[in-house]
Amino acid sequence: MLEVILSKYNYWIFSILLVVGLYGMMAKNNLMKKLIGMNIFQWAIILFFISIGAKRGATVPIITGTHGHDTHTIVARAAEYVNPLPHALMLTAIVVGIATTGIALALLVAIYKRYNTIEEDEIIEALKK
Amino acid sequence: MIVEQFPVLIVVAPLILAFIVNVVGLWNRRLCFYIVFIALSACLVFSLGILNTVLTQGEPIHYRLGNWQPPWGIEYVIDHLNALILVSVAIISLLVAVYAKRSLEQEIHESKLPQFYTLFLLQVTGLLGITATGDMFNLYVLLEIASFSAYAIIAMGERGADFAAFRYVLFGTIGACAYLLGTGYLYILTGSLNMVDVAHLLPQAFYSKALLVGLAFFVVGVGIKMGMFPLHIWLPDAYTLAPSAVSALLAPLFTKVGAYVIIRIMFTVFDPSFSLALYPVADILGWIAAIGILFACIMALAQSDLKRMLCYVIVAEMGYILIGIASANRLGLTGAILHIVNDMFMMACLFTVAGAIFYQTGTRNINQFRYLHRTMPITLAVFVVGALSVVGVPPLCGFFSKWYLILGAIQAQKWVLLAVLLISSLIYAILFFRVIECAYLEPREAHNHAYDGGHPTPTLDRVPISMLAPMVLIAAGIILLGIFSGKIIVHIIEFAIPATL
Repeated sequence: MLEVILSKYNYWIFSILLVVGLYGMMAKNNLMKKLIGMNIFQWAIILFFISIGAKRGATVPIITGTHGHDTHTIVARAAEYVNPLPHALMLTAIVVGIATTGIALALLVAIYKRYNTIEEDEIIEALKK
Repeated sequence: MIVEQFPVLIVVAPLILAFIVNVVGLWNRRLCFYIVFIALSACLVFSLGILNTVLTQGEPIHYRLGNWQPPWGIEYVIDHLNALILVSVAIISLLVAVYAKRSLEQEIHESKLPQFYTLFLLQVTGLLGITATGDMFNLYVLLEIASFSAYAIIAMGERGADFAAFRYVLFGTIGACAYLLGTGYLYILTGSLNMVDVAHLLPQAFYSKALLVGLAFFVVGVGIKMGMFPLHIWLPDAYTLAPSAVSALLAPLFTKVGAYVIIRIMFTVFDPSFSLALYPVADILGWIAAIGILFACIMALAQSDLKRMLCYVIVAEMGYILIGIASANRLGLTGAILHIVNDMFMMACLFTVAGAIFYQTGTRNINQFRYLHRTMPITLAVFVVGALSVVGVPPLCGFFSKWYLILGAIQAQKWVLLAVLLISSLIYAILFFRVIECAYLEPREAHNHAYDGGHPTPTLDRVPISMLAPMVLIAAGIILLGIFSGKIIVHIIEFAIPATL
């Protein structure tokens, strides 16, 4: 059992982070804490993607020596390099995550200015009036 | 030829103009609207050009961005299904943009107009991009572009809109992350992100449990974005409190584009033999749809706010599209695709009417609509067309899609779905006749007494012509879609359904 957990530890960490984030979003009353939960949720997925690109003993995917004369003799073996594609995708996903956080923070500022609180129950109370 | 560049221009043109609008708005706010109008007219021309190309060549357009070969580069693939939805999105967004110009005057401060139009164009960019792209990850990015502009544009609405938008951010992010996870699972299994390529590679992995989890993540993720029951909780608040023009843009388009993504994933990326036959996905979707429709109809009956009532109608309409998918046969899917297009027009019609009534009377409460037929005859005529179409009265388009959905449910022998379709139509009838009754029928005592206070003399609508014309055009579209629905099915939708089904 322990072996199963340890051999695929990246998936376990990712699942735990995902659930922690979801719990924060659902159970917390403070909107800022909900936002932090949302960030944990997003970052769990980003870590998941990064971990699937990694390989044991592999290096950065830069093929050296291609500017010489005998470029055709160089054979790139995929197993020696980490997979760059998930990492490139996550660069975009990080930007998306930052934009989400930015929008959410801007909304929080607007909410705080209008209701003078960021506690969810107090805002719902204020909206009922 | 410029025609060959249309698939990318339809996304790039509004994207670039969105930022130009913001810069021009610093200098002259009046120009903003005209730039938006030009951008969306161009989109309409591009989408019609694309539809024409697809129809004449009879096979999908493959557009390679930067001429990178498909499995590595991003590819835009446009077949009959995309092209039909691109045209509908372009038409509705153009009409709603014209409608928005005067409708906004009452609801948004003038200094925010450039930002509003920027977000409006970004929204349309996202929706058109989601529809045009053939790359899973590109779809995620465009989904987020559309969602971000939706969050911000909804927060411009009335009191409480900022809180509704914040909740929408939380839900929308869960949805987008679930979609991203699904993409990750598919990438691990196939090593590709191109939809056509993934579809080729997937059959080898059909018995993998990870693939099933991936499909579940896709359905949940897109389900949140499109307001599928029971993931719709954010929808009524967000769409009710948004400015009228925003609800008229988002409510018809965003939810339907989400439905398109579900169809694309279930029938193009995943083979129907996997997503429908191997696992009981169709049955699960059918039950969700059936419960969702009944729930949404009952919730709609309980509302007195016209816009909130329509929001629940949308949740029910999404259930209709899911029923078409759950029937898992040609007739049902024809109904689902036809319903996506029809519902865009019907919902745009009803939401623009709600906005126009709010513009003239300042209320959305159905009980205060008395004598409205005397002061807003054209608006209410448009409302009646839209309402009868949603109920499903023959010459209007809503009847035909419902007809195919019912035929599909009968062919699949799913009697529960059939019963739900019929019962919900009856509830719709009650729902909309309640509004029509409030607006058209007058209480008797007003005639008996010589009391003239609440008895306005008949006039034409005081709503500006730039709001009336789009509404009338959308209503005309509903009638035309109904009359020509046979042609649309024979020439377009027949080719959009996978041949294996």
